Amino acid sequence: MNPLLQICGLTKSFPGVRALEGVDFAVRPGEVHALMGENGAGKSTLIKVLTGVYGRDGGSIELGGRAIAPRSPQDAEREGISTVYQEVNLIPELSVAENICLGRQSTVGGLIRWGAIRRRAQQALARLGLDIDVTATLSSYSIAIQQMVAIARALDVQARLLILDEPTSSLDEQEVAELFAVLRRLRDDGLGIVFITHFLDQVYAISDRITVLRNGKLVGTYEAAGLPKLSLIAHMIGKDPAEVEAMSQAPPPPAPTGAEAFLRAEQLGRAGSIAPMDLAIHAGEVVGLAGLLGSGRTELARLLFGIDRSDTGRVEVEGRSVRLGHPRRAIALGLAFTPEDRKIAGIIPSLSVRENIILALQASRGPWRRLAASRQAELADRFIDALGIKTPDREQAVANLSGGNQQKVILGRWLAMEPRLLILDEPTRGIDVGAKAEIEKLMANLRQKGMAILFISSELEEVVRDSQRVIVLRDRCKIGELTGGQIDEHAIMHMIAGTQGGEHG
Amino acid sequence: MPEDTGLRTLPSPRRLPAWAGKLLWPVLALALLLAFNAVATPNFFNLEIRDGHLYGSLIDILNHGAKVMILALGMTLVIATGGVDLSVGAVMAIAGALAAMVIHVHAWPFAAGLALVLGVCLLAGAWNGMLVAVFRVQPIVATLILMVAGRGVAQLLTDGKIITFTDPANPALIFLGNGHLLGLPFPVAIVAVMLALTVLLTRRTALGLFIESVGDNETASHFSGVQARSVKFMVYVFSAFCAGVAGLIAASNIKAADSNNAGLYLELDAILAVVIGGTALTGGRFYLVGAVIGALLIQTLTTTIFMRDVSAHIIPLPKALVIVIVCLLQSPAFRRKIMAPFVRRAA
Repeated sequence: MNPLLQICGLTKSFPGVRALEGVDFAVRPGEVHALMGENGAGKSTLIKVLTGVYGRDGGSIELGGRAIAPRSPQDAEREGISTVYQEVNLIPELSVAENICLGRQSTVGGLIRWGAIRRRAQQALARLGLDIDVTATLSSYSIAIQQMVAIARALDVQARLLILDEPTSSLDEQEVAELFAVLRRLRDDGLGIVFITHFLDQVYAISDRITVLRNGKLVGTYEAAGLPKLSLIAHMIGKDPAEVEAMSQAPPPPAPTGAEAFLRAEQLGRAGSIAPMDLAIHAGEVVGLAGLLGSGRTELARLLFGIDRSDTGRVEVEGRSVRLGHPRRAIALGLAFTPEDRKIAGIIPSLSVRENIILALQASRGPWRRLAASRQAELADRFIDALGIKTPDREQAVANLSGGNQQKVILGRWLAMEPRLLILDEPTRGIDVGAKAEIEKLMANLRQKGMAILFISSELEEVVRDSQRVIVLRDRCKIGELTGGQIDEHAIMHMIAGTQGGEHG
Repeated sequence: MPEDTGLRTLPSPRRLPAWAGKLLWPVLALALLLAFNAVATPNFFNLEIRDGHLYGSLIDILNHGAKVMILALGMTLVIATGGVDLSVGAVMAIAGALAAMVIHVHAWPFAAGLALVLGVCLLAGAWNGMLVAVFRVQPIVATLILMVAGRGVAQLLTDGKIITFTDPANPALIFLGNGHLLGLPFPVAIVAVMLALTVLLTRRTALGLFIESVGDNETASHFSGVQARSVKFMVYVFSAFCAGVAGLIAASNIKAADSNNAGLYLELDAILAVVIGGTALTGGRFYLVGAVIGALLIQTLTTTIFMRDVSAHIIPLPKALVIVIVCLLQSPAFRRKIMAPFVRRAA
């Protein structure tokens, strides 16, 4: 079968960085093709060259046998290449129909034909098997529906190739299943689909073929059915499968210490956010928070860190009753928090790696007792080194780092404070396998040194692997707690599904 | 393209510090303008010494530019937090009116009068800061209130009259805008001291870091324990303090408190100076020296136009042209566009 998209020898450099080096990549019509690689492997650059965001330095791109050279995303759309990005790039306050047709409104004498726009939007959604009110504002629908609307918008032009850049990172399991049903339908219509994700299970659930990039170079293209998961990871991080196997065999976590809890909460809750619950976290233990998206995991973390104020219950830190209500107070008590959305709440993008790392420590000292320049440099270098942050130097703006490295910078910021309790909200989301493994290893190290860790993750596998105790949440309530040997994925899933009662807490 | 730069470090090209890159364009524009004057404006570079004081066009530029340079210092910090302070012109008027009333009319001791004037300006700044930092009113709206009301307050203070103090009832007040120190006009010395203090205050403490982090990402700063509200409050107080100093100089310059015209439209010049200086209106990194150079550029332009006998009415036009050019040169997108024909694409 002739490929729909054929890229040969694609090369792209940025000042000081070779992002793509002679990459070949082909997509057939009617296939879902996963593009895999660690952060910094060149996936996004490849997509951006393909969609005309960047120019290329060398190589050829053919679509349907014809050489193309898109100079802008609009240009690429006209050629039949449409893209849906990780964050939904739509306007929440406009209606669904407006979002689908924005920039391509059909007009009569400069006036917009609203009827035509509504019909066109309905048709576009019908192709995805979706029948919703297109006059309602986009923000009134779930993220999954918004993602579908983004796809409908992408398909509204005569798309032949659909690129999905991390479309599932904010969807729950049910929503992912819906999305995949739509993708299969489009694939059977003969569309070529390029799918980028960090979730390995999803790659195998949906892809026909897999292409792996590493350090800007092509590693290979494989049939998904013939590539074991371990081999895929090995290709991505450039190690051999046996090594990866050894890495994933973590030693069984020892039982938690019986000592007095570092933090103990009784009936802690906030109306409309999370129902009153008890909670204890000991020094030297990792407490996992499991539950579906929206089950109250992040809300609990925000309460503990004082971002939101609780309206019931009390909190004790080391046996002393405390009031939480401001991040500064939580920090002074020895708490630290890496938020779920590192772009919005974590990094200070245009400041340097050094400034990002020292920020919390400096904030705790106040404005007048400035850390000496030499001390700042020493701290920054120490954490760049200890966490393996990949950056040309400590004065690099954090915005220029890849996602995994940004996450490590935020971790460095908190480790510089030597916190007693570290709250990690989805620390491994959207970062590559290598960085994930490093962060999990780091958690184990910190725990052994006596730090208490509250670990929130959507990936049950990780929660099970890394936690000594797991608290299960559903519908903003704590529905149970598992300790030591009780912790396994099935038990948690049964609890969440409500098929097996956990003790109520 | 933060997500995937494929950070494989090749030998990285020699990098200038960020501030050097930011200063390049305003300094270049200023140099060009001075070069133009060297050729086209007779006697532009002439300096003479009378009574031990330096005189000449260059000195005039420094002297007349002092007010906007001082305003630009405060405005830089406000803009760095992602805000803007439209009220500085009105605060100047209040400062002038109050100084004329208490020091001239009521004959207070100079030091007491000065303390009262600057104290009232700090209060005005606290009002702005409270609206923005505590009540989260949009900065442009919050400071617009004082911009409009402030002139009314100044009118009330002077009972709607222009108070002149030509006879030196209090020489100190007149010295402020007309005296000399080390051969240079006194306002220039004030600028030098204010600039040095502001740089020390922001760069020798962690205030600069906090201001930049709040302007760049307020939520993340808050989560890291930075007192974002206090930082925002403080920059408005500081901006109003700068406006107070500028207002005293303005009144002293003309030996009168003119509530209608003192500092009129100077907030716009100050904002412009900050932007020319390389600080983005969206907040984040700030460049104090850049803002002062920006103010100098604006003043040089005004003086140049005056010296070429252009009618005062059309002065804003050439000024606007030059400013558009400087701002375009600073825009990376524009530079790429015009440089495109000259840059060979690597094959």
